[in-house]
Amino acid sequence: MTQQQTAGGDVRLTGISKTYGSFTAVHPLDLTVPQGTFFALLGASGCGKTTTLRMIAGLEDATTGTVSLGGSDITDLPPYRRPVNTVFQSYALFPHLDVTENIAFGLRRRGVKSVKKQVGEMLDLVQLGDFARRRPHQLSGGQQQRVAVARALINHPQVLLLDEPLGALDLKLRRQMQLELKRIQTEVGITFIHVTHDQEEAMTMADTVAVMNGGRVEQLGAPADLYENPQTTFVANFLGTSNLIEAEVVSADTDVTVSAGGGTLRLPAGRCSAPTARGGRLLLGVRPEKLSLTRADEAGTIAAGRNRVTGRIVDSSFIGVSTQYVVESPAGKALQCYEQNVEHRTGLTPGAEVVLHWNPAHTFGLDAAQDIAAGVESVEDPA
Amino acid sequence: MPVLRLLRRNAVVIAGLLTLAYMILPNIVVMVFSFNKPNGRFNYAWQRFSLDAWKDPCGVADLCGSLSLSLRIAVWATLGATVLGTMIAFALVRYRFRARGAVNSLIFLPMAMPEVVMAASLLTLFLNMGAQLGFWTVLIAHIMFCLSFVVTAVKARVMSMDPRLEEAARDLYAGPVQTFLRVTLPIAAPGIAAGALLAFALSFDDFIITNFNAGSTVTFPMFVWGSAQRGTPVQINVIGTAMFAIAVAVVLVGQLVAHRRKNTGK
Amino acid sequence: MSVTDAPPAPPASTGPQTRKPSTRKRLVPYWLLLPGILWLLVFFALPMVYQASTSVQTGSLEKGFEVTWHFRTYWDALADYYPQFVRSLLYAGTATVLCLLLGYPLAYLIAFKAGRARNLVLVLVIAPFFTSFLIRTLAWKTILADGGTVVDVLNTLHVLDVTSWLGWTEGDRVLATPMAVVCGLTYNFLPFMILPLYTSLERIDGRLHEAAGDLYATPATTFRKVTFPLSMPGVVSGTLLTFIPASGDYVNAELLGSTDTKMVGSVIQTQFLRVLDYPTAAALSFILMAVVLFAVTVYIRRSGTEDLV
Repeated sequence: MTQQQTAGGDVRLTGISKTYGSFTAVHPLDLTVPQGTFFALLGASGCGKTTTLRMIAGLEDATTGTVSLGGSDITDLPPYRRPVNTVFQSYALFPHLDVTENIAFGLRRRGVKSVKKQVGEMLDLVQLGDFARRRPHQLSGGQQQRVAVARALINHPQVLLLDEPLGALDLKLRRQMQLELKRIQTEVGITFIHVTHDQEEAMTMADTVAVMNGGRVEQLGAPADLYENPQTTFVANFLGTSNLIEAEVVSADTDVTVSAGGGTLRLPAGRCSAPTARGGRLLLGVRPEKLSLTRADEAGTIAAGRNRVTGRIVDSSFIGVSTQYVVESPAGKALQCYEQNVEHRTGLTPGAEVVLHWNPAHTFGLDAAQDIAAGVESVEDPA
Repeated sequence: MPVLRLLRRNAVVIAGLLTLAYMILPNIVVMVFSFNKPNGRFNYAWQRFSLDAWKDPCGVADLCGSLSLSLRIAVWATLGATVLGTMIAFALVRYRFRARGAVNSLIFLPMAMPEVVMAASLLTLFLNMGAQLGFWTVLIAHIMFCLSFVVTAVKARVMSMDPRLEEAARDLYAGPVQTFLRVTLPIAAPGIAAGALLAFALSFDDFIITNFNAGSTVTFPMFVWGSAQRGTPVQINVIGTAMFAIAVAVVLVGQLVAHRRKNTGK
Repeated sequence: MSVTDAPPAPPASTGPQTRKPSTRKRLVPYWLLLPGILWLLVFFALPMVYQASTSVQTGSLEKGFEVTWHFRTYWDALADYYPQFVRSLLYAGTATVLCLLLGYPLAYLIAFKAGRARNLVLVLVIAPFFTSFLIRTLAWKTILADGGTVVDVLNTLHVLDVTSWLGWTEGDRVLATPMAVVCGLTYNFLPFMILPLYTSLERIDGRLHEAAGDLYATPATTFRKVTFPLSMPGVVSGTLLTFIPASGDYVNAELLGSTDTKMVGSVIQTQFLRVLDYPTAAALSFILMAVVLFAVTVYIRRSGTEDLV
């Protein structure tokens, strides 16, 4: 994203933080969102992402730090003086006004007399032309969501803030609206800052994702970077699934060699975010879909130079496009492996002895001092 | 026996309707006796049909004067209690402040106090201050006891309001005043209206507190009270019936409008 | 694009860049509260203080009253007027129970059985309010008049024999007896019982009845174990809204009763406005307040819905 960094309309947060009494919702944070990008703040509920968004909107006073927009400091401006608009969680449409008046609200407050043409254009943009005179409660969730977007966009804000805008929609509609929002963003070309707890949503829509946890940004980057090269266990677990293996460094060069569960594994030094002193501990990570599964008696067919872990299948579940296996091994009690259902495989049933193997280049290394289970979704997902 | 079974199956409905009849019976009596032509000073026994009272509703000395005084007091008391009560309700729901518990008690207590206690103590205050009893002391008293009811009604509404609506307004370039006028007030309006209506009814119909603090001023309920001793003119029934009819008409029209709105979606 | 944790924030007290909400903003709730609370303090709380002081004064209207800490007034007032006190609590209590018994079926009917007629019935419950309650109370004089239809029917059914034996009525009369007063009280405060009952019944999900039926509860058991417990908030607030005003009421006792049915409200009114014995009136009103507050507190504790008010 660095090449896009222009001074024009960037949102720049400098040392911004928020405390409520003794509770710190957001730790001092520096963040720059380049103009015209689709930026996502991703994290579980209570991680400070919404508070950060509200500080940009001006709905929450920052305890420390500044917010600037295109080079000018807007920290002390009230929300109604900021060229920023918000799509609220569950939309906050005015129940006493119809769709047209909801959308025209911002224009009217700024003294625009003839709103008809602009409202018409907005209704077209969000494809709600036939609903202009309806009240919010007469619309479906998806339609309300479009009104909320139109109501914000009609003001041509420099930045559009979206607070879990799709949270109240069912799965199918959510997918559809994700594409829709992406289309609108491309069409109008203004900066979108999108708060969500849904990692898939963040990855599909955003150019850049900032993963937040406990009031801090854990990692920031393009979705593929975050996914392929997570730098903390939280990111590794929260974005998709990771197999994390505890290991000890044997040697370090352009490749790092480690020992884990009685075997030896390798990873590129460039993909290791932790110190690699000899004898040091390391968490080795690899995504389930990078793993291949071969029956132990066919281990000879595995190409040389691949990382190998031997183990036993304890569970397999067929889910259509792929089959997910859980393998117990000395390196890890429940390693996950997703195999595409390309050919019918035999002998891969629970109890079978197998070898898991993968390209060392897909391995990443993390600091072993972290909580290995950080960011793992629990049964009662707070979101 | 089918009749008995029918009775038993609908016992709740029958009991409910009997209660309803009990509640409406006096209104019917009031209405019927507004067409009476009583022999003596009291209008308690039916004599014969007459439209005299309806033709001349103000024909009794002081009756319409007391009625207009009661209306004036009720209007001002409603206005005062609604403004003050709405402010308190907003403070209670929307802000954090010290002494919240004390404020809540102070609002609850007048509703948990027999009227005669408030009436007597307020009169003590006025006597001690040497205040002239009359319109103003009654108005002060009415605002005082209506206030808590307005707070309760408005609070319920404001509590169910999504604070994000006001945030959305501020986000959409509405300053504090605009936000209040364009969003907060319209959405809180049903609660405020309910509170105001309650205040009006309570004030207009109040007798005990008024009787203590009115001095020689006579409101409509006080006029009725006095007439129960001196003789009840038929005009009282005329006014009571008219009030009932107007209220029912207003409510029914309101329902009809609300219903039509809902159906056409406008 | 960069993200770094800024250097740790200095302690809030020394950090010049730390923002505190502005004083003006913090004062907003107090400005909102000020006029209304001041009104209640001056015209509700302060009078209580004055009344407390009046109750321990002695003197006469001509010579003026003085605080002499004469607590005997309380004792004398109780000794002189305990029949009226007991009567007030008895009448108010009876009326409250009657209101509950009469009001519950009607509230239930509006909430669950009225269907499309719900709004109409609600209007019929509220509409009588708009005729001054004094006029409506006077109508009971006609309804219960000696030799009227109601009295005749009760006489024919020998109901009056029973009630007279119980001391509720006297001979062939209903008017000017305890029964007439309780009847008036019940009538006047019924809406205060029905509306809270209806509000809490209306909130009950109709599917709960089906669920209870599905789980082998008979309609009676469903009512006892599901509906009634869920309507408790309405029962409690309805009871309070009925009992409190009824205990201090003197309109019904004066209009429908006789000198033998006087309630404590009448005494306070007479002492204050006619006899002009302010200390006794103040003491009586304080005792009434204490008794009512005590009864209400105990009742709320017992019914276990403290968060209700």
